[in-house]
Amino acid sequence: MTPLTRRRLGRAALNAAGVAVFLFAVFPVYWMVATAFKPNDQIFTTSFIPFPRPPSLDHVERVFTRGVAGHSIWQYLLNSTLVALSAVVLGAVFALLAATAVARFRFRFRTSFLILLLIVQMVPAEALLIPLFTMVKRLGLYDQLLGLIVINVGLTLPFSVWMLRTFVAAVPKELEEAAWIDGAGRFTTFWRVLFPLVAPGLVATSIFAFITTWNEFVYALTLIGDQGKYTMPVALQFFVGQRSTDWGGIMAASTLMTIPVLVFFLLVQRRMVSGLVAGAVKG
Amino acid sequence: MTHTSTLARGGADTSAPERRRRKLAGRPALPTKAVPYVLILPGLLVIGALLLYPLYQMVEMSFHKVGLRQIKAVNPAPAEFVGGDNYAQIFGSDLFWSSLRNTVLFAVVTVALTLALGTLVGLLLHRLGPKMSTFVVVGIMAAWATPPTAQAIVWKWLFDSDAGVVNWALNLLPDGLSTLLFGQADWSGHPWFNDTLTLYFVLVMAVVWASFPFIAVSVLAGLKSIPGELYEAAKMDGSGAVTTFRRITLPLLKPVFSVLVVLSVIWDFKVFTQLYLLAGGTVNRDAFNLSLWSYAEAFSSPPKMGLGAAIAVVLTVILLLITFVYVRQIVKTEDDIR
Repeated sequence: MTPLTRRRLGRAALNAAGVAVFLFAVFPVYWMVATAFKPNDQIFTTSFIPFPRPPSLDHVERVFTRGVAGHSIWQYLLNSTLVALSAVVLGAVFALLAATAVARFRFRFRTSFLILLLIVQMVPAEALLIPLFTMVKRLGLYDQLLGLIVINVGLTLPFSVWMLRTFVAAVPKELEEAAWIDGAGRFTTFWRVLFPLVAPGLVATSIFAFITTWNEFVYALTLIGDQGKYTMPVALQFFVGQRSTDWGGIMAASTLMTIPVLVFFLLVQRRMVSGLVAGAVKG
Repeated sequence: MTHTSTLARGGADTSAPERRRRKLAGRPALPTKAVPYVLILPGLLVIGALLLYPLYQMVEMSFHKVGLRQIKAVNPAPAEFVGGDNYAQIFGSDLFWSSLRNTVLFAVVTVALTLALGTLVGLLLHRLGPKMSTFVVVGIMAAWATPPTAQAIVWKWLFDSDAGVVNWALNLLPDGLSTLLFGQADWSGHPWFNDTLTLYFVLVMAVVWASFPFIAVSVLAGLKSIPGELYEAAKMDGSGAVTTFRRITLPLLKPVFSVLVVLSVIWDFKVFTQLYLLAGGTVNRDAFNLSLWSYAEAFSSPPKMGLGAAIAVVLTVILLLITFVYVRQIVKTEDDIR
């Protein structure tokens, strides 16, 4: 075998491995979408039907009209969006302020604050469920989306600060100094110089917080009892529990829940990795 | 290291007329030293109220008996102090050992598989051409982006006993081979979710599927950060592919790996959503891990919040011990913290 053929074979093997990885990763998602568009007789069969023929919109239409748990899926999409957006906006404000402090100032307790951020991120959210449940109950926030919003701000904040601080630190200080010398005040410098430059990082961080909140399951399950206030994940699990044989409908609802996350993921994928392993990966 | 910020230095440099102009603008002057504290205050309050205080409360509740009457919104009854009873009950329970076994075994198997697969895919991505690499990255992104709820539901569907695609595929195997490998030839209607072992098998599949992309992309980022000159130098010194990998790639990726291992351990240790959905809630006690057990005690009737909190304390202590390693690693690598 000549070195050239060996090289070609090697490349072909690598590409084949790449395709195999692609198929393994994509197949379950594809199967979810395909099932959502299959008529029932193509779903409940022991033979393998690779794609819906012809595609049917029955299931999608049904989850919107007849709905899940007595409400159209619009209601749950709306609840989820409301909770995620509010939590993200509130969280972004707090995170930006704190990130500016740790990236721009040297102060006593700075190291302690950073280590605190790291440690609280590691406390499992599932463990805090019980005390937070009693707290929400006592404050009369049980069954209210507001309670869920506040809790999601708390759950996402440490990571948001952690991720955002690297974006703030990446903005050259000289720009702010120049603004100072030109007589801009502290707030103007922040708002007109730092903020626009950090904005892309803020968007990435916010998207990450949005996804976390959108996916959040256990608090939504415990703090909301009223079916009209369910978020998407809880509505989905209710759907599975109630009509476990309606796979077409369940898959249509799962697909609808996945689409926004997938879009966001493709937008911020690169930044997310650098945020998650901040410090370990250099360069 | 000076303790003055750049902004502070900028402030000190301003000339007298400028300072006067600022005063005229009517902004109350905030002493520079106070600025960072004011900035972190809102965040600190949120973290204090929603993470630290509940953490303290969790520990306190674990020493009390907390039931329905104690969590009422109006006139809650005071919780009865029971000392270490909750803990005695946990450590004396068979469920503790089965939950701990499920938690640890699941984490070990899942972390090992996720890291192995993720690293291999990361190395593969590094060697693929740019087009092929992008194609695979977009593909694995689909698995990564699927919300945990949808993950569990999709895998439940793939492993459905009657119409699942996995049983269909297993039926394709020649009968002899299937009997040799799995001890059965006919997979039609084979249930996967009744038995704890096969339930966990599906759970491992689902979680590995969803988490290897993150490892792969992180390893790829790590590989890209290794300077090419190192490889050239190694090649000149006559080092083979295996030696180069062992002597250059692995040591340089070590910090990435240690962070990835700890993050994966933490995520897999407390897996809840996928288990809850695959196990169908809290019916199957044998399938409990520590998170699900804690939830089951606290939220099935009658609620035993104190007992649930004690289980959560045990879980948290285990996780914080593991986290300690992570924090040390970060503090070591991130010069910027000090």
